[in-house]
Amino acid sequence: TRVRVYVALLYPRMLSRVLFVSSLYFHIGETEKKCFIEEIPDETMIIGNYRTQLYDKQREEYLPATQGLGMFVEVKDPDDKVILSRQYGSEGRFTFTSHTPGEHQICLHSNSSKFSLFAGGMLRVHLDIQVGEHANNYAEIAAKDKLSELQLRVRQLVEQVDQIQKEQNYQRYREERFRQTSESTNQRVLWWSIVQTLILVAIGIWQMRHLKSFFEAKKLV
Amino acid sequence: KIRLSSTSFRVLLQVLWAQLLCGWVLGSELTFELPDNAKQCFYEDVIVGTKCTLEFQVVTGGHYDVDCRLEDPDGTTLYKEMKKQYDSFTFTAAKNGTFKFCFSNEFSTFTHKTVYFDFQVGDDPPLFPNENRVTALTQCESACVSIHEALKSVIDYQTHFRLREAQGRSRAEDLNTRVAFWSIGEAIILLVVSISQVVLLRSFFSDRKTTTTRVGS
Repeated sequence: TRVRVYVALLYPRMLSRVLFVSSLYFHIGETEKKCFIEEIPDETMIIGNYRTQLYDKQREEYLPATQGLGMFVEVKDPDDKVILSRQYGSEGRFTFTSHTPGEHQICLHSNSSKFSLFAGGMLRVHLDIQVGEHANNYAEIAAKDKLSELQLRVRQLVEQVDQIQKEQNYQRYREERFRQTSESTNQRVLWWSIVQTLILVAIGIWQMRHLKSFFEAKKLV
Repeated sequence: KIRLSSTSFRVLLQVLWAQLLCGWVLGSELTFELPDNAKQCFYEDVIVGTKCTLEFQVVTGGHYDVDCRLEDPDGTTLYKEMKKQYDSFTFTAAKNGTFKFCFSNEFSTFTHKTVYFDFQVGDDPPLFPNENRVTALTQCESACVSIHEALKSVIDYQTHFRLREAQGRSRAEDLNTRVAFWSIGEAIILLVVSISQVVLLRSFFSDRKTTTTRVGS
């Protein structure tokens, strides 16, 4: 029926509008690159949502950015390998799952090549990054697995405990790295002290011998 | 005439509401890089009467300190601290509007810093869209709620621990590199100084005939 057609047409548009409601925003310059760091354990999903607004001088307010103005999103894993490098439109959603534990770097910059596009102003970027359990959409999970209220609550608890366990695991790995760094520092300090003492003594001996032979040659001693 | 049956309309509304809530965020937690001599501001729209908490911690860089400033929609400074390593500030929004908080590294000339902040606005959204309950929670459900709250605080502690550990690790790695460079540098300086000492002494005792330097030429 006609209603179904209207709903079918409206639904995707409404979905894209209400997909992202976070209100934390910041300003970014034309060629500026803003980087965010997420230190996460492995097999953790991250969902990032952003929305851009451009300052309209005539209306003196921020309006949704024009088409063609997009953001370039680049995600690097702890080994500095690029795991996501894509351009999105003025509104976008990026997802990735970490395969190595550690610091992942998420960088955003606008793809604008026309320097006058920003009209001297800044681009307003609304950003929201959801990590691990927060990235779960419980309404969707409840609908898909047909869970009752209690089951959904327990499911949420299970996801939370899962995240805690992964973080604890990662903590153990980090502590190991920390211990290795401290032991390496300890070793280095020890070795260099010994080597420097030896160098000092050796140089002292060489100096004295050299000068002694020099003065003897000059017949001063 | 277009007639939308009441059940399908209700279903549509519920689905839309669920979609709305899935994107609903009432708190933002970010770790960002703050270059030297730079200032980074964040803005958030808050409704009057909401209890908000701003928490920040410097993770890496220099002396691990940063300037922080929080302003309400009229520009009044609610919180201002210079060179703080970590802090937490809770306030209730007295006005509707955009609150602004800025982190400044302008006092630093060459160290860039990594700053973590967590701006919580209000409470977490409920798990279920239509949460207006007629009956009280069952024992199981209230147990679930209290476990959920406890786990949230565990995750919070874990985050704090992770940041502290990252800070400690960053200091240890700094120390390690500094020790390496200093040792090599000192060994080179030692060698250079001792050899030049000997050369200088030798030059004092060399024959005057061969060294003719006229002052003022």
